[in-house]
Amino acid sequence: MLWILLTLLIATAVAPGLHRVARHQTGWLLALLPVGVIAWSSQFWRAIAAGSQFHESYPWVPSLGVNAAFRLDGLSLIFLLLICGIGALVFIYASEYLRDDRKLGLFYTYLLLFMTAMLGLVLADNVFLLFVFWELTSISSFLLIGWNHSSEESRDSARTALIVTGGGGLMLLAGVVLLRLISGSSDLSTMSGDVIRESPLYLMTLLLVLGGALTKSAQFPFHFWLPGAMAAPTPVSAYLHSATMVKAGIYLLARVHPILGSTSVWFTILTLVGGTTMLVGAVIAVTQTDLKRILAYSTVSVLGTLTMLLGIGTSEAVTAAMVYVVAHSLYKGALFLIAGSVDHETGTRDITQLQGLAKPMPLTATSAVLVAASSAGVPPLFGFVSKELFYEAAWHAPGPRFVALTAAFLASALLAVVALMVAYRPFFGRPVLAPQEPHEAPWRMGLGPMTLALASLIIGLYPASISDLLGAAASATHGSPVSLKLKLWHGFTPVLGLSAITLAAGPAVYFLLRRCGMPNRHHVTLVSFQSLYDHAYTGMMAFAEWLTGIVQNGYLRSYVMTVIITLLVLLARPLLQDTQLFEGALSEIHLPELILAVVILVAALAITLIDSRLAVAAVLGTIGIAVMLLYVIFGAVDLAVTQIMVETLTVIVLVLVLYHLPKFLTHSSRWIYVRDGVVSLAFGGMIALLVITAFATPADPELREFYAAQSFLAAHGRNVVNVILVDFRATDTMGEVTVLTVAAIGVHALLRFHAERKPGGGAMVSLVLRTATPVLMLLLLVVSLFALLRGHHESGGGFVGGLLAAAAFSLHALAHDVRSTRLLLGVPPQIFMGAGLILVVISGLSGLITGGSFMQGQWTEVFLPGLGDTHLGTPLLFDVGVYAVVMGMVLTIVLTAAEE
Amino acid sequence: MNVVLAIVIGGLYATGLFMILRRSITKVLFGLILWGHGSNLLIFVSCGLVRGAPPLISAGDDRLRMPYADPVAQSLILTAIVISFAVTAFTAVLLYRICRTIGTDDIDQLRASDS
Repeated sequence: MLWILLTLLIATAVAPGLHRVARHQTGWLLALLPVGVIAWSSQFWRAIAAGSQFHESYPWVPSLGVNAAFRLDGLSLIFLLLICGIGALVFIYASEYLRDDRKLGLFYTYLLLFMTAMLGLVLADNVFLLFVFWELTSISSFLLIGWNHSSEESRDSARTALIVTGGGGLMLLAGVVLLRLISGSSDLSTMSGDVIRESPLYLMTLLLVLGGALTKSAQFPFHFWLPGAMAAPTPVSAYLHSATMVKAGIYLLARVHPILGSTSVWFTILTLVGGTTMLVGAVIAVTQTDLKRILAYSTVSVLGTLTMLLGIGTSEAVTAAMVYVVAHSLYKGALFLIAGSVDHETGTRDITQLQGLAKPMPLTATSAVLVAASSAGVPPLFGFVSKELFYEAAWHAPGPRFVALTAAFLASALLAVVALMVAYRPFFGRPVLAPQEPHEAPWRMGLGPMTLALASLIIGLYPASISDLLGAAASATHGSPVSLKLKLWHGFTPVLGLSAITLAAGPAVYFLLRRCGMPNRHHVTLVSFQSLYDHAYTGMMAFAEWLTGIVQNGYLRSYVMTVIITLLVLLARPLLQDTQLFEGALSEIHLPELILAVVILVAALAITLIDSRLAVAAVLGTIGIAVMLLYVIFGAVDLAVTQIMVETLTVIVLVLVLYHLPKFLTHSSRWIYVRDGVVSLAFGGMIALLVITAFATPADPELREFYAAQSFLAAHGRNVVNVILVDFRATDTMGEVTVLTVAAIGVHALLRFHAERKPGGGAMVSLVLRTATPVLMLLLLVVSLFALLRGHHESGGGFVGGLLAAAAFSLHALAHDVRSTRLLLGVPPQIFMGAGLILVVISGLSGLITGGSFMQGQWTEVFLPGLGDTHLGTPLLFDVGVYAVVMGMVLTIVLTAAEE
Repeated sequence: MNVVLAIVIGGLYATGLFMILRRSITKVLFGLILWGHGSNLLIFVSCGLVRGAPPLISAGDDRLRMPYADPVAQSLILTAIVISFAVTAFTAVLLYRICRTIGTDDIDQLRASDS
């Protein structure tokens, strides 16, 4: 069974290609696929009719105990035959109907996709698999309803159908999850109905599963999406929206009947909903004038009947439902195709404009009369057999017989009216002028209705031919064996009398309505659930727009404000309550640190008040230096050196760039300043409290103690910070230098993108600086190499060294001009970054080559004159790479910025 | 001393936030730089303060002896400082490019230029 679905999926993909080659012949070529599936299934017919079923299972998500389990039994087989049989006819029909559509190849794809999904749905035994196919039918239906997507009506209808059936699908998903939780199995065939019905979650499960089934099968009050779906091309309406997809809900009800059915809740909900749908659909149907809408509402009515029958759940009712499913698919599919032919040939589907088509379209008219007779329940057609069984089931239904019988009678009589409206009115009487001169439909379009009509007739005459198969389907639905002997003639029974009265009442009502000028364009509208849905939909969209306007307003500061205020609200209570000054918090305050703290605070405050950009840059430098001094005091020498270098370079870059920016303007009112000030102060206070709380819970010393102990022994380095950077956490560092490279390339690209290179630039006319530069440069470069080389053991390292080297060249660029600095360097600074990254990667790979892990340091001991025995290793090479990247990065940024 | 530093960090965050809430995108950049200092100090301080004892293993010894400043915090901050330089430079240049193209540094006027 898996192979069949896979083959169909492949066909789905190649269909447009095939259409390009085979053009007009594609339809019947593709029809061979469903015919093939029927041929495949024929090997099981006899066994299934005798009551067997066939299983197949493949591991899917074994860790969750979910398998791709398939099952073929009577119920699946009946649906499979309908899906493939009608499918084949629809493919041939569509190849003519949509002959001039340029997207026909895509249409075949959608239709095949639907067919695959629908087959998967009826073959799936696993509930999750079933759900996946269920959703796939909704999606392919959405694509097909929206086929004419240039029309707004099509798009709206497609969306409505998707929202209603998709929403039901979500309920079904929740339902099947509950089924799995209750029963412990995810295969329907192994679930125990007794366990599920006993469970306290039964009602919830039932409601969720019914939510899926009733929306899909267009039951009241969700019925409105189905008439809307008539925006789809007619072959789609015939196939999806009368013969198969809308019956997926019925299939699901039949499938879960053995495990969820036979309770009073099941009975009450389904008979009430089904009965209401049956009557509402039938009443609306006779007030319509559009052929397709008439048929759509009568389909709604029949779906209601089927739901009601499954709700009743007796063996008679279940049998009647199965027979009715087949009879209805045959005649309603044909009626839709006929409506399509009429539309295709005359240019209209309005029955008030159609009359006397039997003369130009004799074959279509013959098919129409046959299938309409079947739908009205005229003997000897199959519809008659199913109507008899329907009345029989209503007669024996538990509960008040009068109510059930009256409802059944009313619906049947109205459907007889519908039969006259669609088969008598357009085809007989005096011909009137149609928008187009009518002709007989081409054979491809005539084949489908005629085949289905003959099937209705033959099965009607020899119902015994399929009674075993239908019996097997009924047994699967009922949960216990049901013996079925279908007969055309049951003898003179009360039910036969009821059938006769129905057949008499139909024409009577029809002519009465004609006399009153009904139906006309002024449709009777009961409560319009479509408009309720529309209001809900537009309301939701307006709400979403309003909410988006508030939440996603595009103002950075309002996002920041929201985040900060939320944080403040969430943290205020715990912080204010729990923070306490631990012992000695105020001790050890030394004067130098206090001065630095005051300097930082005053400078930070000044930044918020100063109007000059360059002054702000200078004050930022002050803060940086004060922070650096704090690092010195608290034993972070490397940090201090790095900080001072970076601070200097930052100020240079800011000055170079900010010089070109517009002056600060006062954009905000005083009130906004006060508001922002208050929030900022509260936020600062919160951070301060957080830090104090952090003191009370000292950091876990494990990590730091590991490095303290292992740095020299394992990694041969005395500067623990440097060892962490180039050895223990070298992969992190590699990531960081890559970030540096990317940022520098970004700067380069941003500035060079609109290249208007000015020669020179950046030169400062200072004789003192120019004279001092060579000495200073040499000094800086020597110090930088010194910092790099001793970095593993003493303060220093690649980061510091690289910054120092970059500072040396930046100084040169400031004193002279950028061009001469570039000449001095010899190669573009980006080359340093690239070379550095390569070194970093090579030093990392060496660990892999010797069988270790990436970035594992490799060491060897050598004797160096003047130093004695020295450990040399790849982390040192790594540090050289970092040095080159940092130097290249800074120079790329500074030199390009200076050139602007 | 810890409490004093807590106040310094709080002050850096407060002024940084105030700048980030401004409409001028240049001020936002300054705010980010202030937050950068604040976060570095936050990590530094919350790993514990030790005076005058850099994490260097003295010659003749084979491991760090108490007391020593936390090397983990320092290695984190060291790369953070260098990266914040690169990011600051990138942001500044981006800003420059925006102002050149649009002629203003008012964030509110950048909204229309998404396309």
